[in-house]
Amino acid sequence: MTIDDQTIRAIAERMVTSTPQAAALNMRFVSATPGEGFLAVPWREDLVGDPATGVLAGGVVTTLLDHCCGLATTTRLWPLMGSATLDLRIDYMRPAIPRREVIGVARCYKVTRSIAFVRAAAFEDDEADPIATAQAAFMINGQAAPAGASA
Amino acid sequence: MSATHAERLERLIQSIPYVRFLGMTAELAGDEMTAILPFSPHLVGNINIPALHGGVLGAFLEMTALCQLGLRDPNGRPAKTIDVTVEYLRPGRAQTLYARADVRKIGRRVANVHVEAWQDHRAAPVAALRGHFLLSGGGDSSKPA
Repeated sequence: MTIDDQTIRAIAERMVTSTPQAAALNMRFVSATPGEGFLAVPWREDLVGDPATGVLAGGVVTTLLDHCCGLATTTRLWPLMGSATLDLRIDYMRPAIPRREVIGVARCYKVTRSIAFVRAAAFEDDEADPIATAQAAFMINGQAAPAGASA
Repeated sequence: MSATHAERLERLIQSIPYVRFLGMTAELAGDEMTAILPFSPHLVGNINIPALHGGVLGAFLEMTALCQLGLRDPNGRPAKTIDVTVEYLRPGRAQTLYARADVRKIGRRVANVHVEAWQDHRAAPVAALRGHFLLSGGGDSSKPA
């Protein structure tokens, strides 16, 4: 059973609007296909980590990438559910450009019976010039997603 | 000495907008810092449990490391994160989260820091972080290498 576009969009929209932390960051859904998801966080004064430069805090990028990983695993595993994040490694290549929206993308590139492996990156314009890259592993919950459930 | 530490910490915390967005505070015993993240509904990532967002856990652990490093180098620019690995051990429940950073090594340019976060019992951590941080004054400050 593969997931259709309408279901993907519904899952993604719910992930950015019904998750309190995503809503608090004003996160927005960009696009998604099975196993791949793009989300974005607009620049905001109160999310800055270094007031001398106006650069977004690393924590904002962490949360964006974690959420993208959730979207990628959810669309890849559907109707099964991804569950706990086992670990998340983030490498910071450069500061985010001040006053620019940051886009995150995650790809679930391998699924075993119990684990989903995901890579992710954050950037402004060009994925080849990343702010940060990430690698994560998720436990797979064997149960099917209940109707209307979010990630 | 501890008053100076407390002033530095207060200045650091007040100066970072994202720290205020999280609602993070800290307490000092001498130079030992405990970071505190009181529960707030906007930190939730899963409303069904409810559990703190994994990104918030990672962000709080990273900020704890940066604040601990900031205490050691009050006049320098803030340290920059090179990489972090976050282990998720238990769900972060809807209550206060605490964290302490252990600076394992301070080199000339890079610091290795371990951080653990817990809720009810320190022996049952919710999440842990290992990270490398680039110290200020270590050559080209725009690049982590």
